[in-house]
Amino acid sequence: MDTTICAISTAVGTGAISIIRVSGKEAISIVNSVFSGVDLTKVNTHTIHYGFIVEEDNKIDEVLITLMKSPKTYTTEDTVEINCHGGISTTNKVLEILLNKGCKLAEPGEFTKRAFLNGRIDLLKAEAISDLINSETEKARKLAINQIEGKLSKKIEYIRKNLIQIQASIEVNIDYPEYDDIEVITNQNLIPNLNKILFDLNELIFESENGRIIKNGIDVVILGKPNVGKSSILNTLLEEEKAIVTNIPGTTRDIIEGKINLNGILLNVIDTAGLRQTSDFVEKIGVQKSINVSEKADLIIYVIDNTTANLAGDIKKITNLNNKKLIIFINKDDMSSKNKYDKFNKYNVVMGNTISTNGLDKLKNKIVEMFNIKYLDTKDFSYLSSARQISLAKKAKNAIENAINNLNEGISIDMVTIDIKECYETLGEIIGAVYQDDLIDELFSRFCLGK
Amino acid sequence: MKNKYDIIVVGGGHAGCEASYVASKLNFNVALITSNINNIADMPCNPSIGGTAKGIVVREIDALGGLMGKIADRSHFQIKMLNNSKGPAVRSLRAQADKKIYPQEMLKELKKLKNLTIIEAMVEDIIVNDNTITGIILENNKVINCKSLILTTGTYLKSHVLVGSEIKKEGPHGERRSLNLSDNLKKRGFEILRLKTGTPQRIEKNSIDYSNLKPEYGDLTPLTFSFDNPPLYDINNQELCYVTYTSPETHKIINDNLEKSAMYSGNVKGVGARYCPSIEDKIVRFADKERHQLFLEPESKFTNEIYIQGFSTSMPYDVQEKLVHSLPGLEKAKILKYAYAIEYDAINPLHLKPSLETKIINNLYTAGQINGTSGYEEAAGQGLIAGINASLKLQNKEPLILKRNESYIGVLIDDLVTKGTIEPYRLLTSRAEYRLILRHDNADLRLRKYGYEIGLINKIQYNKLIKKENSINDLINELKIKRLSKKNIPLNVLDKIKEKQLTSGYSLYELIKRPEFKIIDFINNKLINSKYSNDIIETTEFLIKYEGYINKTYKDIKRLLKLEEKQIPKDIDYDKVKNIATEGRQKLKQIKPLTIAQATRISGVNPADISMLIIYLKKEYSNNE
Repeated sequence: MDTTICAISTAVGTGAISIIRVSGKEAISIVNSVFSGVDLTKVNTHTIHYGFIVEEDNKIDEVLITLMKSPKTYTTEDTVEINCHGGISTTNKVLEILLNKGCKLAEPGEFTKRAFLNGRIDLLKAEAISDLINSETEKARKLAINQIEGKLSKKIEYIRKNLIQIQASIEVNIDYPEYDDIEVITNQNLIPNLNKILFDLNELIFESENGRIIKNGIDVVILGKPNVGKSSILNTLLEEEKAIVTNIPGTTRDIIEGKINLNGILLNVIDTAGLRQTSDFVEKIGVQKSINVSEKADLIIYVIDNTTANLAGDIKKITNLNNKKLIIFINKDDMSSKNKYDKFNKYNVVMGNTISTNGLDKLKNKIVEMFNIKYLDTKDFSYLSSARQISLAKKAKNAIENAINNLNEGISIDMVTIDIKECYETLGEIIGAVYQDDLIDELFSRFCLGK
Repeated sequence: MKNKYDIIVVGGGHAGCEASYVASKLNFNVALITSNINNIADMPCNPSIGGTAKGIVVREIDALGGLMGKIADRSHFQIKMLNNSKGPAVRSLRAQADKKIYPQEMLKELKKLKNLTIIEAMVEDIIVNDNTITGIILENNKVINCKSLILTTGTYLKSHVLVGSEIKKEGPHGERRSLNLSDNLKKRGFEILRLKTGTPQRIEKNSIDYSNLKPEYGDLTPLTFSFDNPPLYDINNQELCYVTYTSPETHKIINDNLEKSAMYSGNVKGVGARYCPSIEDKIVRFADKERHQLFLEPESKFTNEIYIQGFSTSMPYDVQEKLVHSLPGLEKAKILKYAYAIEYDAINPLHLKPSLETKIINNLYTAGQINGTSGYEEAAGQGLIAGINASLKLQNKEPLILKRNESYIGVLIDDLVTKGTIEPYRLLTSRAEYRLILRHDNADLRLRKYGYEIGLINKIQYNKLIKKENSINDLINELKIKRLSKKNIPLNVLDKIKEKQLTSGYSLYELIKRPEFKIIDFINNKLINSKYSNDIIETTEFLIKYEGYINKTYKDIKRLLKLEEKQIPKDIDYDKVKNIATEGRQKLKQIKPLTIAQATRISGVNPADISMLIIYLKKEYSNNE
């Protein structure tokens, strides 16, 4: 981190102004050497200056310079931000000049990496900033902001504090065995306390699954036999003609994706090739793909044509979809039908059509209901939302479950403390309180350029 | 007395005895300097050796070839295993050691050493040339030269004995204190700490009414600290200790006289240990507690003194009289010695390398209370390591640095030299993150090989260790090979399995993993050989039953060792490592950790600092690799 780094930190191609951020020991002197205006090495910290970026006396761009001296900056290093006004090609030119003067182009996530390594932010905040940059909906943005504010860290610190107290009461018993005036730790007083921790962890994990949905959206896969109207449903949901619709069975051969915003939650809707035995080579691959994507889906919408004569094949396919969240959508409810759907009573069944967008209202309402989307809307967001965090939380939960089971099986307390300690340390890993060798590089490789 | 020795040890307490012993055993000419030869291996406080964690330290000392375990085995009159109910990883021995016999036996052992000279004298100053120790100056200005010096001065540096408002400038038992040595160390750059400890009253045995007091017995199974000797005591003829409690009257006396206590009147400058508070401390800090437990422990079979464990105080004499008489059973007790607090100088242990050599002066070692610890066992463990490392250095060999996953002694020293201490440091099992591995039963398996390599463990002892290792492996194999099926399962085993039909067979190894089975069951059923001794069975059963936890611990240890392998070059300039927090940088400069693992344990050095350090090392040093 001897080097001074720079990068365009606004999204490329959008907006009238682009900002180039420069951070490092020589940030001020390098920018000063290409700036015509006041002498930047002599101004106060946290001030803004008007002038031009120049190259060999040629004015390249009219800029505003924001100058911030160490340590009160994002990276804690000297930082200069150049507001460029001349459009993207001029901004690129300014960047090039800085690189020629000895700046290094920032690697993805390098500003945040420096902020983390300089002790400015904790690991969880660093992850949250990456999330914030990539967030596609307002809710995801709020979730990321709450993490930056450290709500999640506080929640985990609270659980860790309780664990430490439990551990301390056990240790006193072990290290001072002869004193009968210390409360003796028994399963009767230990297990309820551990159950409380388990409850807190379960709650955290449960909420975190919601956090994941807020962040990543819900993956919805539309399945069904050929020509039941799957692509029409996708098009109606997206309100655009994304999939080619014909009355020829097998028209959709690949998977087609679209995104819709449902009450602030992103639905990643995937239309698939109809499920049937086929000799067409391309369609065969499509059918296999349909099966593959449905395995990873958060929700499957299984479409049945109201006018179909035979439900036997559908019943069989639906039975195979166990363990998945499922809505059976009976399409074409505007057409008459002799079918009875009481066989599907144990499933979520919704009727509708794709004649107008209103024909899918019931379907949308069902999704909102199934994923508590209204509830997510009002809930205080402080969830674990990266896969790394959730898997660590689950590991911590397993450790506590082991502790409880082992106590019930009569395993001695000196062993069980190992489980309790594991839980404590695993939670520490989530918030970066424990040093993890390989984690940092992996984490920062995910960051986008600029931040 | 000659005017030149290889190694000089200053102080004849538990650290000094072990240090002199091992250095002499390794064929160096050693002088042990003490102010009073009758105080060699003195036990100025509690009459016991061992206790949680400490008992395991004594086993470790024995495994490495030190003396404490053997002397304790010869001199105690009661012994028991603590924490039997809390599990095998935290069991520890504690013995009531006879205060008369223990020092006698120790002196006898030291006198057997031909190249050890015991000198009665006071040391005024050390002689340093070119940052290396070359000798000492005695009170009478006489100079004795040496190649290495080990300071084990206990509580004698500038000590004050405090009772009420009285301050006596003396060491324990009215002994002479050392006035100038700590000042002279300070002049040479050592930061001096002021610490405090205390000891309770001694009561005349026959003046106590035992009729309503609960007795405490020794265990009825034979126990020894040492791996080499059979039990030497009569199991059925152990002395008793008794339990009593503070009364409401005791609490009232304390509260009424609090300002008279040396601790509360402002006379005490030293920092006492939180885990070993005086009785006034306990009553003030835990005001809601109705009573505090006290133990009445005989000091010796040959004196009539009883020690009141848990009742140390610095109240004036008249208040002490009232306090003692407020205790049930001690209404008419006669006080033979009053309780007192003692303040003394110690050096900041952050000045030490993990070898216990000081960073400031080459070939100068310190061990025991001078390093800020408390306890006979902690002192002995350090004395042993200082003695070994002073010797190894003179032999041009690498020092013995025990890791945290190898021994409690390693945990103790690493804590001291990495974290430092502001109060007298006591070992606790909770300080050891791998205590599952640091057990009472396997101290020899962990450490004897080091003792053998160094030359403190002889061939016979070493062969015994190898035999033990082989026996454990034999037993494990036997349990794995022997399978029980429908045909050969004994009924009493089948009953326990609780399966109507044995669908598949089980190896005995698999059955031992179940809580309801013990190896002894299979020996009784004649399913396996009966040749194995109890200690073999105990360790083997542990290894099988807790295999899952053991493996988990080894996984953690592997992670630690990976960081231990990342050495930090001695010439590192922390000012060149960018972006370390100021506090972290100061601590790293002061402590100079040898490895990344040690750096992670320094309080004030955060994970981000470690990342920076690793990045710096990769950048600066990887080209040379």
